[in-house]
Amino acid sequence: MKIAVCLKQVPSTSAPLQLDAATRWVREAETAFETNAADNNAVEAALALRDQLGGEVIVVSLGPERATEALREALAKGADRALHLVSDQAPGLDPATVAGLLAGALTAENCDLVLCGLQSDDQGHGQTGALLAEKLGWPLASIAAALEVDGAGKARVKRELEGGWYQWLELSCPCLVTIQAGINKPRYAGMKGMLAAKKKPIAKTPVTDYPGGQTRQAMDELYFPHKTKQTRMLEGSPEDVAGQLVAALNLRARP
Amino acid sequence: MSGGILVIVEGAGEGGNAGISRASLETVAYAQSLGGPLKLILPGAASPAQADALAALAVDEVLLADFAYPAGGVAGYDGDGYVAVLAEAIQRLAPDQVFLAHSYGARDFAPRLAARLNLTLVSDCIGQEGQGDAVAYLRQVFLGRAQARVKVAGAGPRLVSVQAGVARLEDLRRGAAPAPVSRSTLAMPAAPRVVAQAPIREGERSVDLSQARIIVAVGRGIKTQENIALAKKLADLLGAELAASRAVCDEGWLPIERQVGSSGQTVAPALYIAIGISGAVQHLVGMKTSETIVAINKDANAPIFKVADYGIVGDLFQVVPALIAALEGA
Repeated sequence: MKIAVCLKQVPSTSAPLQLDAATRWVREAETAFETNAADNNAVEAALALRDQLGGEVIVVSLGPERATEALREALAKGADRALHLVSDQAPGLDPATVAGLLAGALTAENCDLVLCGLQSDDQGHGQTGALLAEKLGWPLASIAAALEVDGAGKARVKRELEGGWYQWLELSCPCLVTIQAGINKPRYAGMKGMLAAKKKPIAKTPVTDYPGGQTRQAMDELYFPHKTKQTRMLEGSPEDVAGQLVAALNLRARP
Repeated sequence: MSGGILVIVEGAGEGGNAGISRASLETVAYAQSLGGPLKLILPGAASPAQADALAALAVDEVLLADFAYPAGGVAGYDGDGYVAVLAEAIQRLAPDQVFLAHSYGARDFAPRLAARLNLTLVSDCIGQEGQGDAVAYLRQVFLGRAQARVKVAGAGPRLVSVQAGVARLEDLRRGAAPAPVSRSTLAMPAAPRVVAQAPIREGERSVDLSQARIIVAVGRGIKTQENIALAKKLADLLGAELAASRAVCDEGWLPIERQVGSSGQTVAPALYIAIGISGAVQHLVGMKTSETIVAINKDANAPIFKVADYGIVGDLFQVVPALIAALEGA
C-alpha cells in the first residue's frame, strides 16, 4: 500500500496572530508555525495503515522553505519520505491552484491512497482534498471519522454527516479520503525517530509554473473584526446575577 | 434566463428526505435579502413534501434535479451524482451567483463542482460587499480570529458557500403563490464509485444541535463527569439541548455528537449558555453567531467573554444552582 499524505504548516493556533496588512498574511518572521491539526490526524491514519498493511507513506507539502520542518516531523513519526513543493507564494494561492500543484506531484507517484486533513486552521477553505480528488479523477470519501483499508485495496470510510449521524462508505483504491480533526491520537516522534528522520529523503522541487495562470481567488484585505457586541457583565451574589439574567432574557422553566 | 441567483438546497434528516435543512433555508433567506431573480435547485430524489416546501418560498422557480445510475441502487446522497446534476444546471442557467450552505455535504461536493466547472469556490462566507464584478466576499480566517475580504477573478458564476447563522430563518420570505416546480433526471454514465451504507447513530440518542433553539454548553470548568448533571438539569428546565467543548468530549463525559466547534458542530441558536468554557478559538468558531450568548466563567479574562452578550464572572457551582433555583421559583 502506497499512501501519500498532504500536509500544511499553519500559524500556531495558540500564539497571538501578527497580521501583515500589506502582504495580507501573517508576519512570517514573528510567527511560530505548526502542522495543521487535521493533517496530523491524516499522518497518523496513514502510519497506522502502513503498520497494518506494509508499504510506504509519503508526506507532501506545498509551502515556503519553513514547511520542511513539518515534513521532518512527519518523517520522525515514521513516514518514509517527503516531497516538498517549495513556494513562497503558497499562502496566497487559491485552493484550486494548490490542488493542481499537488496533483502534478502525486500523479507520478501512482499512490493507492491519498489522505488530506479536512480543512486548515489558517485559511480554512476546506477544499484542497476534494479538489485534489477531482483533479486526480479519483473517488472521494470526505470527513472521515474512521478509515479501514484491506490488502485488496478496498476502503471503508465512516463519513460524518450532519447532526451526529454517520455513514459507512465503500470505495476502491486509488481513492482520496479527507480526515476529520481529532479522529485519532497522533503518535509522538521519539528521539530514535528524530535521528532516523535526518537520513530520510526530502525531495525539494521549486514551484515555477502555476497551473491555470493567475490565482482566481485572493484576499483583498485581512483584518481583525471589530467587536460589535457590547458585553453586559452581571455583578452581585450568585442569587443576584441569576435573577438579573432570568429577568434580562425573560427566561422561563419549560412547563 | 441568465443572471440572478441559484441556491443549491439540501434535504434534512439522515436520508436527506425529511424536509429541507435549516442551513439551506437560511441560505435562501440570505439570497432573498440580496434581491433579484432567484431559483432553487435540490439535487437527488425530492419528496413531494420537499417540493411543496420549496415552492412555498418567495422564489422564481424550483428545480428538482435527480440522477439515476444505470443499475440504480443509490438512495440519498451521492457526491458524483450531485456534482453531475449541479454542473449541468449551472452551465444551462448561467446565474451570476450560486449560493449553498457550508454544510458537511457541501464540503464533499462543492469543491468538486467548482473544479468540474473551472470556477473558484469561496467557502464558508459570512457576507458580501459591493455589486457585480466588484463584489467581495467576507470570510473568517485563522479559526475566526481574523477576517478577510476575498475577491474573485475571472469570468463565470460566483460559487459561494455560506456559514450557518449568517441569515436568520425568521427572515425567510414565503411567496404569494406557489413557485413553478420542474423535475429532471440525469442519467449517470457509469456505476457509482462510492457505495454508501444506511446512516447510523451511535451511543445514546444523539441530537442535531443545529436545530436547537437553546443550548446549554459545558467546558472543562465542570471538572468531573458527575457534575454534568448540574448542566443537564438547567438544560432540561429550559428545554435546551446539552452541548460541550472539545475537552469535555475528549474526556468521554459527553458523546462527540454534542461537541460544538471546529471539529464538532457549528450552531447558531437563539440562546447559547456557556458554562465553564474558556472559549478557545476552535470552540468560538462553532457558536459565535448565536443570537444571544451568556458566559459563566471564573476567569474574567476568558476569551468567551469577548463574544458574550451577558457575562457572569463567578463560580459555576454557585451560579448555576442559583439559576436553577430562580427558574424553579419563577
